[in-house]
This record gives sequence, C-alpha cells and structure tokens, in this order.
Amino acid sequence: MIETHDLRRSFRTRGKAADVEAVRGVDLEVGTGEIFGFLGPNGAGKTTTLRMLATLLPPTSGIATVAGADLAREAGEVRRRIGYVPQGGSTDPAETGRGELVIQARLYGMSKGDAQRRAAEVLSTLDLEGAADRYIGTYSGGMRRRLDIGLGIVHRPAVLFLDEPTTGLDPQARARMWDEIRGLRELGTTVFLTTHYLEEADALADRLAIIDQGKIVAEGTADELKRQVAGDVITIGVDGAVEHVLEAVRAQPFVREASAEADVVRLYVDQGDIAVPQLIRTLDGAGLSARTLTLARPSLDDVFLRQTGRSLRDEEAAA
Amino acid sequence: MTALTRSAVDHPTTIRTTQGAPLVRTLRETWLIYRRSLILTLRQPVWVAMGLIQPILYLVLFGPLLDGATAASGQAGSAFNWFIPGLLVQTAFFAAAFAGFGLVAELRYGVIERMRVTPMSRFAMLSGRSLRDVTILLVQAGLMIVVAIPFGLGIDPVGAVLTLGLVALIGLTMSLFSYAAALVLKSEDALAPVVQGIALPVLLLSGILLPMSLAPDWLRTLSTFNPLTHAVDAARALFNGVWADPQIVVGVTIMGVLTVIALWVASRAFSRGTT
Repeated sequence: MIETHDLRRSFRTRGKAADVEAVRGVDLEVGTGEIFGFLGPNGAGKTTTLRMLATLLPPTSGIATVAGADLAREAGEVRRRIGYVPQGGSTDPAETGRGELVIQARLYGMSKGDAQRRAAEVLSTLDLEGAADRYIGTYSGGMRRRLDIGLGIVHRPAVLFLDEPTTGLDPQARARMWDEIRGLRELGTTVFLTTHYLEEADALADRLAIIDQGKIVAEGTADELKRQVAGDVITIGVDGAVEHVLEAVRAQPFVREASAEADVVRLYVDQGDIAVPQLIRTLDGAGLSARTLTLARPSLDDVFLRQTGRSLRDEEAAA
Repeated sequence: MTALTRSAVDHPTTIRTTQGAPLVRTLRETWLIYRRSLILTLRQPVWVAMGLIQPILYLVLFGPLLDGATAASGQAGSAFNWFIPGLLVQTAFFAAAFAGFGLVAELRYGVIERMRVTPMSRFAMLSGRSLRDVTILLVQAGLMIVVAIPFGLGIDPVGAVLTLGLVALIGLTMSLFSYAAALVLKSEDALAPVVQGIALPVLLLSGILLPMSLAPDWLRTLSTFNPLTHAVDAARALFNGVWADPQIVVGVTIMGVLTVIALWVASRAFSRGTT
C-alpha cells in the first residue's frame, strides 16, 4: 500500500553552508490493512517522512508509491486516496464538528446530501453526536483528536496517515484512541502512524520501523525486533541447590546462556513464553524446586538502545 | 468490536465524487471556501463591527475639518465628495492588508494543512478567502456612502457603483498580498511590522487624508510613484462622474496590473512546498 525507495529530504538552513538532511534514504514497505508504526525520538525524521508521503513536502530524491499512485507524478490521485491527520490539530474553534466534517467531505467532491449523511455517520462512529453542533472551541482534547481522525476518514481513504495521534492525551483518551485506530484496521484501512511512545508502537502497530537521525535502524513486528536483541530473560529464585539448578537448565538446548549468583539463576532464552513450562518440567523431573520464576521480555527501548546506543526513554525525558 | 466498525457497516454511505472539468471544480471549491470563511468571520462580530465603526469615526471626527482644508487647496465642490472616495480606498487598502492575520490563525489551527492534503484546487483556497474579504469590504463601503449622504455627500449612482468596483479590486489585491506575506512569515508578530511598515507610508503618500496639491514638489513627485495615489485619483473622478479625467484609465489600469501580480505571487506562495 506504501512503498518507498531511498526517500530523502534535506532542508536549506540559513547561515550554514551544507543542507541539513532530515531524511537520509528511507526504504519502506507497508502492506494493505496493516497498522504500521513509525517510532523514533523527536527530530528523527518521522514527521518529515510522513509529510512527504502525504504530498505536503516534495522529496529531495527517491521514489514512493502511495495507495497505488506515484507520489511525484500523480499527487492528485494520492490525495484522493489518503487521509492525513496532522499532529497539532486541524480544526477551526469557531466551527462546529459537523460543519468541519461536511466541508471536508465536500472538498473531496461529495454532494451536499452525501456529505451530510457521511458526516452524521462519522460523528456517530466516533461518538461525537452529542457535541456535533457545538463549537469545536468547547471540545476536550480527546474529542478534538477524535474529530481530527474523523476528518481524515470522511472520504474512506485506503491509507490513513496519523502524526503522533495521542500526544498530549490523558491515558484514558489515549486508550480510547487506540481502540478507534484498531477499528480502522478492521474496516480494511491501512494506517501509518508516527509515535515517540514505545508503548504505543508496541500496543498498536502490526509492524514497525524505528527511525533515528533520518535512517531506519530496525524494521519488523514488535516481537521480531525484541527477539533480535538478546532473547528473553528468565530469573529463577532457588532455595539452596543453586549449582544443581544451573546445571540442569544449562543442559537444555533452548537456553542460550545461564549464570548463577547467590540464590538466583538467570538465563537467556529465545522465547521465554515457550521456555517457562519446559523449565518447570525439567526442574520437576530432576527433583529440584524453584521458589520463584520471573520472565522479562526486552522492550522496544532495548531494541532502540542496541541499534543507536541511546535510550529512547532518556530522549523522551530530555525533550 | 468498536463503535467505528459497527456503524460504518450498518449504514454505509456510498461516496460519489464529482470529477468534472478543472474550471468547474475550482469554481465549486471557491464557492465552498467562500461560504465557509464568510460564516466563520460573521461568527466573530466584533471584527465586523470594528470595521464599520472605524470609517464612521473618520466621517464624524475628521470630516468636519475638511471644509477648511479643501477650500485652502482651491478644490471645488463638497468636501465630502472629495473625501469619501479617498476614505473608501483607504478602508479597502487597510482592511484587506490585515486579512493575512486571519490566515495565520488558520495556519496555526492546522486547517490549511488539512485542506492541502485534499485534492482541492490550491487557487480556490485563496480565491474563496479573498472573495470573502471583498464581500465584507463592499458592505462596509456601501454603508459608509449611505451614512455620508446626510453630511452633504452628492451621489452619482453610476459613479458610485464603478467606485465600488475599483474598491473591490483594491481589496482583492491587498488581501492577496497579505495572504502571500502571511504564508511566508507564518506569525502575527512577524506580519504586523511588515504590514504596518508598508501600509503607512503608502497611505501618507497617497493624498487620501489631505490633497497632494498642498504638498511641496519633492513629496508630490514621490507620490506619483505610489500606485495608491492613482487609485485615489481614479476613485475621486469615478465617484463624481468626471468621465473625461484621464486618471480613471491610469488608476484602473495600474490596479488591474497589480491584481494580476498579486494573484501570481499569492498562488505561488500557496502552492510552494506542495507538489
């Protein structure tokens, strides 16, 4: 649904001899009907990439196909087939929710009657019927964000671009937004979203790409990416026979690495959820007992850390 | 299943989109943007009221001074027949010069970006808003003429209508330039000094407030390079039905050329950055 090859964008900056390269050769492939997450710290090139794919910014070089149309030669076709929800909102506070949806639908070429019907449909879908005829200036942040999404889907686009869809929302509104985005996938819409929240990429995206300093550093499902890191960590709390437990688990083919200290045995496995029941059976069979057994999965932050040497959480805290 | 899937499956609206010739589409989109922006402007009645009160203040508080001034300059006829066409031009010039501030707000709300992603004509984004500015301006100008009649303003109906046409052209040009500046500068703080810095000398050099015949030679020479001077002269000749005055052709031609330039500049600013 989206395919890019060596997409680049540089910006001229005053007082500097060289252009600043915001996006430095991005290759992406996004399948039909998937939620694709674009994860990276602020300034990594996420929004620049998104704006290029949404026809708002011409690429410096590289090619891209969006919803079956060539980005450079058929921008009009791309626009007809995509929806775009910008980061900072997209509505006029002096307009009503219904008013914005109707004009948006009409700008996509719908007749007055169709636009009104479709606006009513989107309002009910996003549970904004009660506020439909109120000025947007009176909406809560979550309501305004839902309306932004409504404006992006009013013409039923094949691809919806969402730029940081939950930034600034409280946890409840964020969970609500995640449900709406998953609902879009159920309708067959391809969703391309940027985020700097690890949890969001993890919870929402079918597949994701991690971008840093204008380059993609990792791509895959969240599970694949985490598995690349070092596997899962299992910690077994043991009463007494630490050496015996260590020996028993080391003999297992699925254990990559194991070490013991005081009364715990720590081991690295490829897939913790499969390893845990096998470990328990092994220990039982050997007549050994574990006091506790904890499984920790690496987070996307571990992935980012390994690829860039920096922690995304630190970047977030610094921002 | 979320609310989203449920309702969309229950009552799917068929989406028919009009294709049509590019010109027809652009006209339709201009109309849509015109209507929307006019409605949104009328929801802020303070601005509309301000626009009406200002010229009336000029009429009431400045107009009475004119009798003496015009007598001193040796011009014939009612002072108001000299003053009102100038005031109309000034209102058109200033009100439209500040149109960019509304666009800066829309840029900040994200409305412009949202519309840029739709397939709509970039020209319509611009023309719809400029026509809104011209509409409001014509209402203000019409009202000013009516209010000035009791002060002794003589009316030539054809002249008044033609003057309003010139006023519309000035308003269109200035609002287009103002939009172009707003799109480049993107903030009120940057826009205000630019608009003020250009508008004030242009106004002072135009002979709107006092006749340029009172000016020393160097100032009068300088004022002939000011397009607004010629627009004001043309407006005065038109309004009073002095059809033989060559300033009519000069002023209207200059404004027409400027309108074309403004259209080109603003269209470029609007489509810049997008393909």
